[in-house]
Amino acid sequence: MIAGTMGGIYLLLILVGLLAGFDAGGVVNTLRAATVYAAGYGMLVLALNLHWGYTGLFNIGVAGFMAVGTYTTAILSAAPSTEPGFGLGLPLGVAVIGGMLAAALLGVLTALPALRLRADYLAIVTVALSEIIRLGIKSRPLAEFTLLGTTVGTGGGRGISYPAPNRFGSWALETVPGGGAVYDVGAAVGVARPVIEGVVYMFLLIASAAAFWVFLVRVGNSPFGRVLKAIREDELVASSLGKDTRRFKLIVFAVGCALMGLAGYLWLGRSGFVNDLSFRPNITFFVFVALIIGGAGSNTGSILGGMVFSSVLFYFPQFVSQNFSPGGVAPRNFVAALDGVGAFGAYALQNISAIRFMLIGIVLVYLMQNRPQGLLGHRTESAAAIDLLDRDAGMRADGGAPDTASRPDRQGEDGE
Amino acid sequence: MGVAEQLTRGRSIVRGRIDVLLVTLLVVLLGVDLLGQLVGGALGFPFLASVFLEGLVVGLAYGLAGIGLSMTYSILNFANFAHGDTVTVGAFAGWSTAYVLGGLGTAGVGSLFLLGGSPSISVLSAFGVVVIGALTAGASGAALSLALDRVVYRPMRSADGISLLIASIGVALGLRYLIAFVYGTDVRGVTAPVSKLGLFRLEGVTGIGLIRPGQRVGELAGAGELPFFLPVGAGGTGSEVLVSLTLHGVALAIAASGLMLGVHLLLQRTKLGTAMRAMADNKPLARVTGIPTERVIRATWIVGGALTGIAGFLIVLERGTMSFTFGWLLLLFIFSAVILGGIGSIYGAMAGGIIIGLVDSMAIIWLPSSLTKAAAFAVLILVLIVRPDGLFGGVTTA
Repeated sequence: MIAGTMGGIYLLLILVGLLAGFDAGGVVNTLRAATVYAAGYGMLVLALNLHWGYTGLFNIGVAGFMAVGTYTTAILSAAPSTEPGFGLGLPLGVAVIGGMLAAALLGVLTALPALRLRADYLAIVTVALSEIIRLGIKSRPLAEFTLLGTTVGTGGGRGISYPAPNRFGSWALETVPGGGAVYDVGAAVGVARPVIEGVVYMFLLIASAAAFWVFLVRVGNSPFGRVLKAIREDELVASSLGKDTRRFKLIVFAVGCALMGLAGYLWLGRSGFVNDLSFRPNITFFVFVALIIGGAGSNTGSILGGMVFSSVLFYFPQFVSQNFSPGGVAPRNFVAALDGVGAFGAYALQNISAIRFMLIGIVLVYLMQNRPQGLLGHRTESAAAIDLLDRDAGMRADGGAPDTASRPDRQGEDGE
Repeated sequence: MGVAEQLTRGRSIVRGRIDVLLVTLLVVLLGVDLLGQLVGGALGFPFLASVFLEGLVVGLAYGLAGIGLSMTYSILNFANFAHGDTVTVGAFAGWSTAYVLGGLGTAGVGSLFLLGGSPSISVLSAFGVVVIGALTAGASGAALSLALDRVVYRPMRSADGISLLIASIGVALGLRYLIAFVYGTDVRGVTAPVSKLGLFRLEGVTGIGLIRPGQRVGELAGAGELPFFLPVGAGGTGSEVLVSLTLHGVALAIAASGLMLGVHLLLQRTKLGTAMRAMADNKPLARVTGIPTERVIRATWIVGGALTGIAGFLIVLERGTMSFTFGWLLLLFIFSAVILGGIGSIYGAMAGGIIIGLVDSMAIIWLPSSLTKAAAFAVLILVLIVRPDGLFGGVTTA
């Protein structure tokens, strides 16, 4: 199912790319870019799914936890003399683990007081926290400070440079024996070196997303995961059955935040440079939209939502607008664009990023009204080892959903 | 059993008190430190007075913008994340109208509508235009809220608060980028510079006066150069501005206070107000009593939307600049104001707005300027964790 959807997206991009007159290298590069987006969003959506989909924790501070993970990794790994920003120059593995731990720690610190709150209050607390983190990163005291005699810092508004995750491609091809041959093959079919390196980095992201997926599916199907679903459906019942729901929620929050931190470094920080503007709340809402498109509670749906959102809603409009310019000069402003259909079209194509965000908003409202469970919502999945609902769909506990509505759920389970 | 119950109750009272005690202690400490700085001379009175006044005015605007949010939060029971963008839409609609009216003849209507040209609008030069602009902003806010309720929220009346919240995030994105699509993404200045009302000392004479945008107190030949100066006392030497506020700030403060008084009367004296309060308290009971709930909800959107639109227009009047994200950036402050005051309480929203405004502007005494906003958000988080019912917890008035 995932392969099918991605195949469809690839086909669309290849067709449009060929229409735009791309060569083989151009097409490969387009597919690579779309896949990087899909894998990045996939990772973030999976992490958020652990919070919202499994446990019902309405965390809209994703950007903040990503920022802490990314910045910690960046500061730990950046060379001490780097510009801009100030680092410690530790090995990358240590830095990545440090980033995840920092994000997890922040998650625990947030969760300790905040998990008592109602869902809408938790939402406001987390979004306010993510803004505090962003403002803190930008602030002067954190931009440069001395820690145990070493100068470290976030670089403030200038941002921070650090070893880029997307340099993985060149590193891997030069280190792994026979890597050089890949370059030769690429040259033969007209794919440039940077594109090949990008493709290798893309595979790293796919592998990470797959690892996230395997991990979260295992968590979801474990006894631990069943408690999480019980908390989501009715916390009182879960705690009445002797489960320490606070502890479960704390662990889940920490794990999800660590994953967000890792995904932030690997994907959002892929170019080796971030500043505070990379972590505005918008990115949180995009991840949320992707999760809702895919269906909260479903890991397969999370990946699917990440793919559909990032490729179709986020990447594709930009791609079209970059590669198809209408004849003539586009109107300068909205009033001039009202001259005629042609002028309006040209203006719309030029301002496609605004239209894209409007579209994302409309899709979100549409989904909440008509399909709140998303493409593959797992809201009615059974906690028992065998599916008791198969015997008689009319015996659903929630009493409402007719059999037809549950069919997508079944397909989702097949996929896992 | 009785003892155990007493113990738990006692413990919960103590726990509740400890939170409050700590916060009170913090406030007292900051107050003492402030006094110390003032007496020690580290902090000048004019500076303190100006940040205080600025916080007060901005806080009134937050309070005004918060009333609509507070109403929908208590009556429809969801946190409306599109509220900030309603502020933006109201402001853009109001200012477009003001530009078209104020600049008619100087430039094309289309370019004026997009806030082009420079009609130089201020409360002094074009009072009528500003009033009409504010009314248009209110009307647009009300119309937009009604339309959104009809299209987005009404079909979801039975959904839970979180579904509505998520839908409102979609609405927020849609509105924000609709504005960006029409007006572009630049930050633009819209108002002309305006005179300041203030307390001045002119060569040893202290008085209340009005000073023109180009004038500086130190360079004045005498009080006669000011448009208006009323001596109130002597003392001290030299000339300086003790405290001042632009006339736009004054207009914002007067309009916001007036509108808040109006809302108070609406809620306390009219049948509609009683019905709204009843619905906020207990919706099923209100319906059983025969209150037409749908009509009350519509009225809530109209009143809340109108206040929100006017608040947006006034905030831009005071600040002088706006961009397509300005309402969205205000949203967290407005949420802070509403939650601090207690959701559903109009007076709470006003008080909360003023407190948040003061925190935002006065935090600069202790914090670097880049962190004052963070301080306001920290207050929000603190209140949600310590006293989720708001400062005046439980005393809902609407």
